[in-house]
Amino acid sequence: MSFELRLKHRIGEVEISLDTACEAPLTALVGPSGIGKTTVLNCIAGLIRPDEGRIAVGARVLFDRAEGIDLKPEQRRGGYVFQSGRLFPHMNVAANLAYGEKLAPAEERWITREEVLTFLGIGHLLQRAPETLSGGEVRRVAIGRALLSAPKFLLLDEPLTSLDAERAEEILRVVERIRDELKLPILYVSHEMREVERLTGSVIRLG
Amino acid sequence: MILTPEEWGIVVLSLKVSLVAMGLTLPVAYALAWLLARRRFPGRMLLDAAVHLPLVIPPVVTGWLLLILFGRNGPVGAWLYDWFGITLVFRWTGAALAAAVMALPLMVRAMRLSIEAVDRRLVAAARTLGASRGRAFWTITLPLSLPGILAGAVLGFARSIGEFGATITFVSNIPGETRTLPLAIYSGLQVPGTEMVVARLALISVALSFAALLVSEWLVRRKGGGHVL
Repeated sequence: MSFELRLKHRIGEVEISLDTACEAPLTALVGPSGIGKTTVLNCIAGLIRPDEGRIAVGARVLFDRAEGIDLKPEQRRGGYVFQSGRLFPHMNVAANLAYGEKLAPAEERWITREEVLTFLGIGHLLQRAPETLSGGEVRRVAIGRALLSAPKFLLLDEPLTSLDAERAEEILRVVERIRDELKLPILYVSHEMREVERLTGSVIRLG
Repeated sequence: MILTPEEWGIVVLSLKVSLVAMGLTLPVAYALAWLLARRRFPGRMLLDAAVHLPLVIPPVVTGWLLLILFGRNGPVGAWLYDWFGITLVFRWTGAALAAAVMALPLMVRAMRLSIEAVDRRLVAAARTLGASRGRAFWTITLPLSLPGILAGAVLGFARSIGEFGATITFVSNIPGETRTLPLAIYSGLQVPGTEMVVARLALISVALSFAALLVSEWLVRRKGGGHVL
């Protein structure tokens, strides 16, 4: 089992209710904008505490209201690729990549920096400042930064947003390779059913 | 421009008082700015108002309150003397304290703006990458709010150089101990025949404050963070 998501959370007018467990290596979370998809990711990453429920990834329970389990974000070890990338503006690409790498316990690292650089094709960007990167480059560096933190699962929030068809195709291929080669449970958020059809048959619909 | 040894002493004392005041206030001001920018707690409005008090009440009143609190028989002053043998009244250290209190609101304002400008989602990103709350603060919030820290420090320094009312009330006007630039200018004006001395000292204080302001504006603009003033 990859993701077990049983949660209820209310933000303003939006009420999120999920009760599902999925087996596939890549699960898609699909629904229209404003329905709370990102909120679900934030709940899994530990950035928002759900009103109630239970969240587990693999065999690890991250949150269980009834049992009083609520791991801190840094203990959950989720690789979270945010929609806007959220690269640190005061660090160059190399320092961004190193940020989580330094913090991951050495024995838990499962990918080296060289592997990430080749895998994502970002080796030539190391000295660049984030503000000088294109949208596709930001997305790839953000994915690389998440992978280097030795995550136990991956959260991708609309990774194709504001990319042209060619860049989007690049990112999709990267996601497919992560799915097939890295054996990492992935939760992929999108508002387009067509986008995720080629990635997985395991789809959670929200709203 | 040639200064007499006595005038040099005044300039040096002013710089010493202002630098100590700034160094003293820096961590306090940043902690307050962070609390006001990032935390919601009961009494926050009250704390905000208290921090701004020295900006709006007459400086003489601030000096008088310091005298009551930090005087030899005051609640804090008596404690400082009994435990550490420290006296602030009529000492240059007292002048530094007065300058620090007067500079605090300006420094907190500059720092608070820059802390509020730090995207909290970057802090959240750092947490998901394995950073504790503390590490995320040191590696994200602090460096990204650095322009505001520098601007606040320079602004506080400039304010301290010009501090008069609270200082003269709290530590009096003692040559060589508490007679900083503004106090020396004031004293010079009381005595006939010191026009040139007054003019020289006035020029120096204007130059010092102006330089500090320019530096602070430059620091903030360099980061595109708006204005201090």
